Amino acid sequence: MKLLYFSWVRERVGKAEEQIDPPAGVTTVGGLMAWLASRGEDYAHAFENPKVIRAAIDRSHVRSDAAIAGAREIAFFPPMTGG
Amino acid sequence: MTTTIRLQREAIDIAAEVQQLTRGRTDVGAVVTFTGVCRADENGEAIAVLTLEHYPGMAEAEIARHVEEARGRWPLLGVTVVHRYGRFVPGDVIVLVATASSHRQAAFVSAEFLMDYLKTRAPFWKRVESVSGSAWVEARSADDAAAERWSAPPQRQRQSSG
Repeated sequence: MKLLYFSWVRERVGKAEEQIDPPAGVTTVGGLMAWLASRGEDYAHAFENPKVIRAAIDRSHVRSDAAIAGAREIAFFPPMTGG
Repeated sequence: MTTTIRLQREAIDIAAEVQQLTRGRTDVGAVVTFTGVCRADENGEAIAVLTLEHYPGMAEAEIARHVEEARGRWPLLGVTVVHRYGRFVPGDVIVLVATASSHRQAAFVSAEFLMDYLKTRAPFWKRVESVSGSAWVEARSADDAAAERWSAPPQRQRQSSG
């Protein structure tokens, strides 16, 4: 699946997007964040406080307990500040 | 209903957007426009430059979802949302929301509804550069509260005469 990062999540991870293949035990958005946080210092910094990070699956907002099965595109970003 | 949702780097021609909502029709009795402008200060600090990042594809989809919701709540004849991204200086227009209806109440209230949701649900992020450096703007709890008050079960508002 494709991951996208925005705002300071993007800056901390150090890239805007990537293709990943998470292990089978990772089934939810929250689980995916925990797994990402284990991938190195930059990821650990980006996901150190997962409660403040919002997620979207295939361009719709989801909560951290949402299942990631079948997702094509998952995005992580801080609370939005548009308008 | 006429719906226009657009993200663009370029300046917004507000007069043209309003004209688009009324051109060729005589059932529109009210057009309300909200224009969001880049302020010169953020939390008391002078802003030199504001940068807006967005999630292409999702931003349009999320705005469209809220326009659909507004249509279900109020008798609207047209909605236009134009949100800019890129680099801004104080005084620049960032966003335009224009709503058209037969009567003023639906136009006023739906414009406010759309703005409250744009601020908290549409995937945009502001970064400001000031004399002390640059930083991402933090989300305000007042904006969440403003969006929250619309989450009561939808009901069609009674029309008042325009």
